[in-house]
Amino acid sequence: MSTIRIEKASRWYGNVVAVNDVTMTIGPGVTGLLGPNGAGKSTLIHMMGGFLPPSSGGVTLDGDRIWRNQDVYRRIGLVPERESAYDFLTGRQFTLANAKLHKLPDPKAAAERALATVEMTEAADRAIGTYSKGMRQRMKMASALVHDPEVLLLDEPFNGMDPRQRMQLIELINRMGAAGRTVLFSSHILEEVEQVAAHIEVMVAGRHAASGDFREIRRLMTDRPHRFVIRSADDRRLASALIAHDSVGAVEMGRHGGGPALHVQANDFGTFIAAAPQIARKNDIRLWEVLPADESLESVFAYLVTS
Amino acid sequence: MNATVLSLTFRGMLGRKRSLLLFALPLVMLALALAIRFIIGDDPDAAVVLLHRFALGTLLPLVALIAGTGVIAPEIDDGEIVYLLAKPVSRASIVLSKLATAIVLTIAFTTVPTLLAGAILTGDVLDPIPGFAAGTIVGAVAYCSLFVLLGVVSRHAAVFGLLYALVWESLVGGYVPGARAVSVQDWAYSLTYALSTDLETKPEVRAAVALPLLAAVTVAAAAVAIQRLRSLSLAGES
Repeated sequence: MSTIRIEKASRWYGNVVAVNDVTMTIGPGVTGLLGPNGAGKSTLIHMMGGFLPPSSGGVTLDGDRIWRNQDVYRRIGLVPERESAYDFLTGRQFTLANAKLHKLPDPKAAAERALATVEMTEAADRAIGTYSKGMRQRMKMASALVHDPEVLLLDEPFNGMDPRQRMQLIELINRMGAAGRTVLFSSHILEEVEQVAAHIEVMVAGRHAASGDFREIRRLMTDRPHRFVIRSADDRRLASALIAHDSVGAVEMGRHGGGPALHVQANDFGTFIAAAPQIARKNDIRLWEVLPADESLESVFAYLVTS
Repeated sequence: MNATVLSLTFRGMLGRKRSLLLFALPLVMLALALAIRFIIGDDPDAAVVLLHRFALGTLLPLVALIAGTGVIAPEIDDGEIVYLLAKPVSRASIVLSKLATAIVLTIAFTTVPTLLAGAILTGDVLDPIPGFAAGTIVGAVAYCSLFVLLGVVSRHAAVFGLLYALVWESLVGGYVPGARAVSVQDWAYSLTYALSTDLETKPEVRAAVALPLLAAVTVAAAAVAIQRLRSLSLAGES
């Protein structure tokens, strides 16, 4: 059982702060590192993997500093985001080379075991250059698993995978977590994370925004005022009808996309979505457009940070 | 040194497109040698000029540049180095394995063609041809160490290496004798000069000084490369 501890870690590049005073503990089981692109997830994973020193603060594995400490790699398996992985080697050669670099007592057996774990035994004699994205991802995974590490770090492992490959990887990650390993993976898609991770850490704009199981995170994300932009045949009459309804908190006559529009703040997402068309119909007002104004992930995250 | 790093590096070098250059450059020299032989005939002076100016002055630095930066820079560039670094393998053994690969390749693609070109031009491998071959060997070691360091430190290793080899050593060194005293090429030539009987061009630095200098450059560059690889950080968000 291994634990990664990030303590008041910051990382900046010149004037740009990529990770800002983050403290978190990653323990056994599967943890999802969730955040929009540019939130500092990769920077954080690079620090946990020993490929970037924190500008301040510390990153340790069971109390051992990770930066410039090559011995931690006996306990860490790393699946980088970058695609390239010795394209001229076959999958089997690549996995075997990784096992040998770990100086394992029986590198051949270790390589075969890792290939079997990611179900790549059959394609193992093809050159990596010929692999599909999903196969490559699994081969990278095999290379990270040869030494049976206690900690597995995966940087955006689902990127560019098709649904079937995604399912396979989710299953694999779940198995690793169930076996008591400390598994951390990053993603910018909530649905992805909640299928796998029991525990979620949310990063936004370099900060640690939230932490908890997926139900807590989901509630934080859904139980919040939702904003909609509505264009209709008669905005003013619709506004007065909407504000009379319980699910609506505020209505503003404004503009959107060059024309007049209503900006509506709903208190409850579900009720409002059901009520809005009925209100329009009852008042005989034609709805032209109902647009969730802030459903982009960034605004959801932004909400999490400010609350 | 690490056998796995050695074999990965060798395969990587010979598998990549740039390795074609490793074959092409010596072929150019051999073609030149053949042409000179057919046009001028058996001429020891022509052999000296070709081996000094081309083998030692051009082929050696270029091949060492391709090999020295090639064993490590592309791997750092496309992130593959992660698979070597995320292992309990000492950084020194990674750098030394890469350096050894580069040196072996440079000797194979410089020293061997040097002997061949000499044989083509003179019909024999007598004095001063072995001297030139020896010069390319010591030069290969120092150049490779410098260029491996460059490959670890800079994303534009090939450009800086070319600037050093061509602009500093060949151009500036060609016109400013003082600059020639600070050049791997001249130091390597000083061994050639010492081993040969009647070469006209004198090196700026005596072999007794040049050889320790070559050793010092080799060791220092390798040591810095190991240090830098130890703290190699990969960029965060891409």
